[in-house]
Parts: sequence; C-alpha cells; structure tokens
Amino acid sequence: MLEVSGLACVRGDRKLFSDLSFSLAGGELLHLHGHNGSGKTTLMRTLCGLIKESEGEIHWNGESIHSLDEDFTRDVVYIGHKNGIKDDLTGVENLRVCTALDGYPITESQAWDALEKMGLRGHEDLPSRVLSQGQKRRVALARLLVNRAKLWILDEPFTALDVAAVDFLQSIIRSHIEAGGMVILTTHQEVKITKEQVKELQLGWKEAGHV
Amino acid sequence: MFSAFKTLVGRDLLLAMRRRSDLFTTLFFFVIVVSLFPLGIGPELNTLRLIAPGVFWVAALLASMLALERLFAIDYEDGALEQMLLAPQPLFILVLAKVTAHWLVTGLPLVLMAPLLGLQYDMATDALMAMVISLLLGTPALSLIGAIGAALTLGLRGGGVLVSLLVLPLYIPVLIFGSGAVEATASGLGGQGHLSMLGAILVLSLLFAPIASSAALRISAE
Repeated sequence: MLEVSGLACVRGDRKLFSDLSFSLAGGELLHLHGHNGSGKTTLMRTLCGLIKESEGEIHWNGESIHSLDEDFTRDVVYIGHKNGIKDDLTGVENLRVCTALDGYPITESQAWDALEKMGLRGHEDLPSRVLSQGQKRRVALARLLVNRAKLWILDEPFTALDVAAVDFLQSIIRSHIEAGGMVILTTHQEVKITKEQVKELQLGWKEAGHV
Repeated sequence: MFSAFKTLVGRDLLLAMRRRSDLFTTLFFFVIVVSLFPLGIGPELNTLRLIAPGVFWVAALLASMLALERLFAIDYEDGALEQMLLAPQPLFILVLAKVTAHWLVTGLPLVLMAPLLGLQYDMATDALMAMVISLLLGTPALSLIGAIGAALTLGLRGGGVLVSLLVLPLYIPVLIFGSGAVEATASGLGGQGHLSMLGAILVLSLLFAPIASSAALRISAE
C-alpha cells in the first residue's frame, strides 16, 4: 500500500506540484496524465526515492520510504527514460546483472527464457550496442518478467516499442495487477485494462487538448 | 550484499575487457610520463636516482586522475547509476565495488609495471621493492579519494577540470608518504614509518570514502 500525502516538489525555483495526495493499493494501476513539463517524471522519481520530496510524505505499508530504505527499494522496480543497460554487455548479461543487484539472481537459462518471451530470440547474446532502440527497451523491460517487486514504476514504457511489443507489455502489466501488484505509469497511449482497477491522476496547469 | 559486490566487480571487469582502449590509456600514460624524464635529463644516474620516487608518484597521481572521469560518468549517462541507487543493497558497498574494479583496471597495472620502469632510473632492488609496496598501498587510496571527487562532479559541464582541482590537493598526503617511503629506503633509513602512514591513509579512505561518495552520488543523481 502506497500512501502519499501533501507531496510537493520544487525543481530549481519552479514549483512543479504541491499538496498532492493519493493512495494506491494492491491490484491497482495509477495512470499519470499531464502535459510535457508538468512533473510526471519528477513525481515518479520522487516516489521511488531518487529525488527527495520538498514537502509531504510518502508511506509504504505505513512507514516512510526513507526510513524503510532497502526494504522499500526491494519492493520497487523503476524503469525510466534511460534503460539502464550497458552497451557492451549482451542482453543476457545485462539482465543477470540487473537481477543480481535487485537481490534475486537468475540462472542463465531463465535469462534466455525471459528475453525470448520479450521477442528477442536470436539477439540474446549480441552486445546491446548493436540493438535498435526498441530492442534495447525490450531488454530493459525483460526485468519485469523475472521480477518479484510489488510496485512497478514505469516512465513511458511504451516508447520505441512496436505494436506487438506494446500489446505484450500491456498483458504483462495486466497480469501483474491481477496478481495483486501495483503499477504507476505514464504514457500517452490508452491502457487496455479494466476501468475499476485504474486510477487517473492529472498533473499540470494546462487543460487537456491545449498545446 | 557480498554477491552484489561480486556481481558489480565482475560486470565492470567484463566491461573493461570489452573496452580495452580505456584499460591501456592509463597504463601507457604512466609509462610514457615516467620514461620521458630519463630522455629529457640524460643518463645522469645520480640525478635520476634522486628524482625517481617523485617522478613515479606524480605520474601515478596524474594517471589515476585521468581515469577518474570514467568512474561513474558512463553509468550516469546510460541510467545504470539510477538502478544502482535503487538497488536494495547498501550504496557504499556498490561504490566500493565500482572503485575496486576501477583500481584493478587502472591502478594495479601501474604497480606491476613500476619495477620495470624503475630500471631506467638505476634504482636499487630495495628501493624498487619499496616503490612497489608504496604504490600497492597508495593507488587504492587514490582511487577511493578520487571517487568522492568523481561523484561530486558528476553531470557537471567541465567536470574533468573541476575534479582535478578538487582531488589533487587531497592526494598530497599520499604523494608525500609514498615518495617519502621510497626515498627513505634508498637512503638507508628504512621506509617502514612512511609505509605505515600510507596503510593508515588507505584504511581511513576505505572507511570513509565510499560513504562520502554515496552521499555525493545521491545528490548528483537528483
């Protein structure tokens, strides 16, 4: 259970949002909306603890995320704009390093399986630098298949992915929600998921449809 | 915790093996700088013996500086640093792993190369031994102290110059005791005192530098 109360964030001299409160329980998805520059990424980075909040509190199962520290980060997986994969490592190596740092090492064959499911068959042992943008994204997202974290924070996960991969990722997100997980995501695409499970949050000051 | 340390050291060593140009630049820099002095000064053995400790240590300092820039910069750019900050592991362990790998790749080759280069300076065997031991104790300390500077200047424009200004003054004690150990041994006084001080500096930087670098990384990544 993630509870946010009175959250404010200031970047430089600019107040991006203030007095933001919401909660997210297991089996729910929070879809962040907002125009460019409205603070979606900042909010996500604040929620996973990369940015210190200016005001307000973030609680995970009733305790502040900063006092929980590793007990919180173990439950969270964050995939941001940067994929966080090394160009000189192969997909399998990247995935295994990521999961080992996340605290649940996987075997080589598990890594091969996950990448194959992500549609990277035949590319598993190529250095990531020769992969396309979309394929790199798939390597990064393969973490979701082998992860045990409850809370997924995904910043624009669908960028650079083709239609089939978007559908597949949506199905992964759906099954994570159905298994009682939580997802926070930003995307400018429609999320195909049952409406009762989706919470929407609008950031920013511009009305929808205005540039 | 230990497995995360091992994973990260393994990853960085693997990356270094795949990018061997990075690995050799520091070593060749050290070799060339050290070799330039005998060429410039000429075969005056007494002078060469006298300046050898200082030359070796200044060259090691500069070589270690040169490599610092890459310590966190690539991880910062490709987002791997974010994931390190969010990993459920103590950050100072991960920083220690990065620095360990960095030293194995950029520091240890210098130590191994030093006796060979010492021949150009007509150094005695015991002085060469002292040189190797002092470098072995001193270069990890340089990497650890440098990590603080590298973490602080992460993502800044012109960070390379700034990191030299920040870190070089902090290197001074290592330089003094490192070259002091070799000089003392060469002059027959025995370098134990200096080496003990170097060891103390290494232990202190092992304790504090990873914690300071972790704090600096959190600030830089915001």
